[in-house]
Amino acid sequence: MRYLPLTEADRGAMLAEIGVASVDDLYKDVPAAARLAGPIAGLPGHRGELEVERALSAMAAKNVAAGSVPNFLGGGAYRHHVPATVDSMIQRGEFLTSYTPYQPEISQGTLQYLFEFQSQVALLTGMEVANASMYDGATACAEAVMMANRVTKRSRALLAGNVHPHYRDTTATLARFTGFEADAGPPDPSGRESLVDRIDETVSCVVVQTPDVFGHVHDLTALSAACKAKGALLIAVVTEAVSLGLLTPPGAMGADIVAAEGQSLGNPLNFGGPHLGLFAVREKLVRQMPGRLVGQTTDADGRRGWVLTLSTREQHIRREKATSNICTNSGLCALAFTIHLTLLGEAGFTRLAQLNHAKAVQLAEKLGDIHGVRLLNDSFFNEFTLRLPRRANKVVNKLAKRGILAGVPAPRLFPDTDGLSDLLVVAATECTSEADMDALCRGLGEVL
Amino acid sequence: MSRIKFTKDHEWIRVEDGIGVVGITEYAQHALGDIVFVELPDLGKDVTQGGNAAVVESVKAASEVYAPVGGEVTAINAELAEEPARVNTDPLGTGWFFKLRIANPAELDGLMDSDAYQTYLERLA
Amino acid sequence: MTETISGHRGLEMDEPLIFELDSPGQSGVDLPAPPAVKSRLGAVKPRGAIGLPGLSEPEVVRHYTRLSRKNYAIDAGFYPLGSCTMKHNPRLNERMARLPGFADLHPLQPLATVQGALELIDTLADWLKSLTGMAAVAMTPAAGAHGEMCGMMAIRAAHDHHGGPPRKRVLVPESAHGTNPATAAALGFTVEAIPATEDGRVDLAALKAKLGFDVAAVMLTNPNTCGLFERDILAIAEAVHQAGAYLYCDGANFNAIVGRVRPADLGVDAMHINLHKTFSTPHGGGGPGSGPVVFSKALAPFVPLPQVVDDGGDFHLAEARDDDDGTALAYGRMKAFHGQIGMFVRALTYSLSHGADGLRQASADAVLSANYVLAKLKGDLNAPFEGPCMHEALFDDKSLKGTGVTTLDLAKALIDEGFHPMTVYFPLVVHGAMLIEPTESESKRAIDQFIATMKGLVARAKGGEAEWFHASPRLAPRRRLDETAAARKPVLKWVKA
Repeated sequence: MRYLPLTEADRGAMLAEIGVASVDDLYKDVPAAARLAGPIAGLPGHRGELEVERALSAMAAKNVAAGSVPNFLGGGAYRHHVPATVDSMIQRGEFLTSYTPYQPEISQGTLQYLFEFQSQVALLTGMEVANASMYDGATACAEAVMMANRVTKRSRALLAGNVHPHYRDTTATLARFTGFEADAGPPDPSGRESLVDRIDETVSCVVVQTPDVFGHVHDLTALSAACKAKGALLIAVVTEAVSLGLLTPPGAMGADIVAAEGQSLGNPLNFGGPHLGLFAVREKLVRQMPGRLVGQTTDADGRRGWVLTLSTREQHIRREKATSNICTNSGLCALAFTIHLTLLGEAGFTRLAQLNHAKAVQLAEKLGDIHGVRLLNDSFFNEFTLRLPRRANKVVNKLAKRGILAGVPAPRLFPDTDGLSDLLVVAATECTSEADMDALCRGLGEVL
Repeated sequence: MSRIKFTKDHEWIRVEDGIGVVGITEYAQHALGDIVFVELPDLGKDVTQGGNAAVVESVKAASEVYAPVGGEVTAINAELAEEPARVNTDPLGTGWFFKLRIANPAELDGLMDSDAYQTYLERLA
Repeated sequence: MTETISGHRGLEMDEPLIFELDSPGQSGVDLPAPPAVKSRLGAVKPRGAIGLPGLSEPEVVRHYTRLSRKNYAIDAGFYPLGSCTMKHNPRLNERMARLPGFADLHPLQPLATVQGALELIDTLADWLKSLTGMAAVAMTPAAGAHGEMCGMMAIRAAHDHHGGPPRKRVLVPESAHGTNPATAAALGFTVEAIPATEDGRVDLAALKAKLGFDVAAVMLTNPNTCGLFERDILAIAEAVHQAGAYLYCDGANFNAIVGRVRPADLGVDAMHINLHKTFSTPHGGGGPGSGPVVFSKALAPFVPLPQVVDDGGDFHLAEARDDDDGTALAYGRMKAFHGQIGMFVRALTYSLSHGADGLRQASADAVLSANYVLAKLKGDLNAPFEGPCMHEALFDDKSLKGTGVTTLDLAKALIDEGFHPMTVYFPLVVHGAMLIEPTESESKRAIDQFIATMKGLVARAKGGEAEWFHASPRLAPRRRLDETAAARKPVLKWVKA
């Protein structure tokens, strides 16, 4: 048992020091009837590294890695190229195997990168303050709505139909159990839904995503003004962080809170998790913000340093009055994000965004030439929606058999909504090659 | 002449012409340590005796400040937003929290006067 | 004997912020020029300058390497952080999590292309159910606190479904972790504290007196936050169930008992499992975590979506309510997609490595090591409760009374001796608490070294060296930091001078 340093001799000596005969005596407070006499039946015994590696590799081999085939999946998770430096750095034991930085004197590494992360996220989103991350974009969205309810002392949230359905669902779950109203319209593949007329004095916040789940890019300026007029907050959701390298950020369009998914930078797809929630707000709202915050200060010798701050908002101090019950965030995912963004820098990040958009434009042009395929978007960043002459689910499954991951069929995103069966959401990133695009066009031509 | 009364939760209230000025005591500020933030009630808010009226935060703790008596909030000490340290340095003076138009002066009768509060503190020690 | 180990000294360079290392225009990534296309961004204007700094790859590598050296870590030394469980993080876990067949899977791929990933989720779910004896498991919660939310939502959903008088109250022991009352309050419950007995356990009589048909659940941590096993757990469970309420167990301390007792046999209805504590996924400086929740038969129908369903070796995902999948009463999502898969790979790798026998031995070693610390230090520090303890040893600050040295001072002095401090001032029910959790990952040599250092420090405290303690740490990358200034005038991001 390679992970256990104690030898039998050690155990004997320690038991003697404690003054008991066996470890069972240490479990004497456990009701005898419930105590197990030996290992739990039905589970295997310990195994060496080689055997375990074989078992896990066999499971992995049953999957088709997105990078091994032409891949056009988006819908809230995007496959980008992550520089080798990122993974090498985050595997340093000092980052990987440290705890939440409760002892700041020996956690300055974590605290400084989180401070840098907060600064970068504030810049990207165009907001004044960002926290040290949330679980993922969907939970960030739900927490943003809860926060808006606290700030406005209202309890009705208005969600755009084209906010990612998982974000809407996550918010609806909290709404059901914490007692607020999450009023979400039906998805609108045309991207023309307007919420302005539905905002009144009972609305705590309006949640809108840009680019939205069908890829449409939205100007939030008018919506922001409408929110302000009624005393509601505007929450902007971003699921593709790379879009912030090219598009006017939500902060510059009047958003009060930005809830975003940061997986695109530094983090692999991971079959959906762990991902990285980004959360940014206006400065005046900072004390209502959930999540951890790192702040700058000085030490006893007057040197600059960092600490967790404003922690009175948190559950370990406020208990039943905390702004959120969250403890952990996505520390290591935030580290991967910030390293990738630091590598890119202003020039690299801007170019990455341009590259993504250009690839998507190229792809849209090629696909638009296929007979019977119609592009629904007037605007998009790196993802758009096609109307196919056949059911998208079937098309995608057929293409998967030919080794092409063609995109996300809309019914996969909205299993409870009718009328979307022929819609396919397609994404391109810097990883998408000409050959990939041609393979998709050829494949579609064959199965349609 | 004003009179000052104290609660068991270590708030004080000084009454002048039907208006009560409320803050926390020397004992409370010392127990809390360095105050970093004070959350004050909205102007015009009606508070009830013993009800939540404000929150005072130190680095490691957040504590409710309860209304010593019921009434309507008529003024708040906005300067605490910039200088919460006043609660530490001058809790009975410039570190006041808010003013109340007292709804029912009889509620004052249940509070401690200065001597009774001192005795109360000695018993806590 | 005062054993002194040098702390952080030398080799440490101060490191500026990335913003202060900016060479405008520089980049650590070479990207091709974008092909010329007609923009399709629509009415939204392209943004202007963002303000991000530019660094080359070598500068980036050096920056993060230098930052890393300012961190303490379990790889570098003893990390006896009670209730946090800093155990060894096997590197095989990391290798497996990075297999492209797991890491490079898109969550919305056709199910035929991700059968192995669904099998992985299902296999880990089976392990968790077997180890706890429970009927069902919700795999999606992203962390322990999220799992707690999930478990309490299921309890609410079950009460709502069964009807009857409204159950608004949740009972939580005084010593509970702060998330318990925070979670219950967030869900609209009124939280009431259950007092403790002299021996640090839940007061059964007081609990029974508070129970009634308006109580939705009792939230209990077992082993509790004082590191003690709740001896009356069977009687507690019976009383809770008689009142028609559910027993929620905070599984933060499951690592003490895995393989020794199954929560199902203790009458537990729901329990979250922090995969990092019991199954060795790395803490990563504060996440990502993963907090699956196991449920008794009574609560099994109320597991949230999505769920992996095994149709005889052919796996699918139940993403909408469906009678055939048994998800008619399931509630909605906790987060996007299907859970913290990367953490699942690590946890399953760990489980397969240890096996049922190894997990049982790991619990025993953790409990043995904690009791050893308790036995060796109880002459120096005051232990408020009789042993045996479970996986962590609790002391209060009684022995330091009159020395001018506080629990915090002792913790900070440990830093200069090369150790991460123990958990301090938690649980709140003990004055000046010090909670020491050695875990099963430490050798006897390492534990003895820690014990000797603690003895030496306590002797110095009692010897009147308070001033020396107040100035600790001296050797860390930073000395004590001014948290008051940080909170009074928050500086939360870099601002160009």
